[in-house]
Amino acid sequence: MYDSIIIGAGPAGVSAGLYIKRANLRVLIIYKDESALEKTDFIQNYYGFENGISGKDLYKIGIQQAKQLGIDIKKEEVTNIQIGQENQYIVVTENGSYTTKTVILATGNKKNTPKIKGIKEFEGKGVSYCAICDGFFYRNKNVSILGNGKYAISEANDLINIVNSITILTDGKEAPEIRADNVRIDTRKIREVRGDKKVEEVEFDDNDKIKTDGVFVALGVAGGNEFAKKLGILTQKDKIVVNEQMETNLPGVYACGDCVGGLLQISKSVYEGTKAGLQAIRYLKKDV
Amino acid sequence: MSMLTFEEKNFEEEVLKAEGKVLVDFYADWCGPCRMMSPIIDDIAKELEGTVKVGKVNVDNNQELAIKYDVMSIPTIMIFEKGNPIKTYVGVTDKQEILEGLK
Repeated sequence: MYDSIIIGAGPAGVSAGLYIKRANLRVLIIYKDESALEKTDFIQNYYGFENGISGKDLYKIGIQQAKQLGIDIKKEEVTNIQIGQENQYIVVTENGSYTTKTVILATGNKKNTPKIKGIKEFEGKGVSYCAICDGFFYRNKNVSILGNGKYAISEANDLINIVNSITILTDGKEAPEIRADNVRIDTRKIREVRGDKKVEEVEFDDNDKIKTDGVFVALGVAGGNEFAKKLGILTQKDKIVVNEQMETNLPGVYACGDCVGGLLQISKSVYEGTKAGLQAIRYLKKDV
Repeated sequence: MSMLTFEEKNFEEEVLKAEGKVLVDFYADWCGPCRMMSPIIDDIAKELEGTVKVGKVNVDNNQELAIKYDVMSIPTIMIFEKGNPIKTYVGVTDKQEILEGLK
């Protein structure tokens, strides 16, 4: 059991971790995807580096610093976060699951909404971002999952015993490894998701169509926005809504850095990571 | 009159034939996000007591209503007026946004 699990190892996640660890609490940082920082070529506007520094180096140093302090760090893909018993959370990864008293989402700014015609239009009308939340409405129906990674497979596993059939749509990407009687894979590029009042079919670039009752979006690695939807955390325009203390509407769950919007700057992420860390400490020590 | 329970048998009387706007929260007991929406709906019911009717529909027990109004994701919040849904919010939604819709 961890006191805090932080998802994301960029400046916000690591900063939160440093404070929590220094308060003698058990903290785990889990990360998988590339951070925006890692892709930043050269940084000249951050305090303390007289010759500037590459984003890649700063990112590595941050993770190294956390390790040196004794923070547990795992490079695993988080596929789900569940609400457990007695104010605990269960963080599910590709390799297993971890229980924790608090969760800090520092997952960055990555958007997983595909630019496929019809997806936005049919949100809530056959397009879903959460299998466990909406699977009920697709009992014995034929659904599609858009994606090709571990997150897409995790969503397929949540649907497999509820729906009649699943088609995994990779939209031109490589087929994932999954074997089940009612799961098929289609790797063709998608042109449009269509329907009248709700989703009825998916049309491919080759003009062929398949009938489908719903499209579950599970692209790439799940981010803060996907976890927020599963947990019932308030979002606005795909950003997690937090208060001044970086608290979400779910007790013990915080968000910081690019996933809450605002300036996409290291200094802002460090500040918010600090605030989230300190608030988690107060919560764990029952000061709030 | 704070939080009401709407069902198939009373939906017409309580919602469709009601005077003014009616706020309907489609939910299920097993739905985590619905539990986060619940206190927001309770707050709205208290705040607008006497002016707007607020109630919940359990989709497990009222599947026909969910199908009729194309509810495919929960929580779904609908505002009804004169027998028709005039606004729909899918997923956990900010209280202010719903209050705006009720104006």
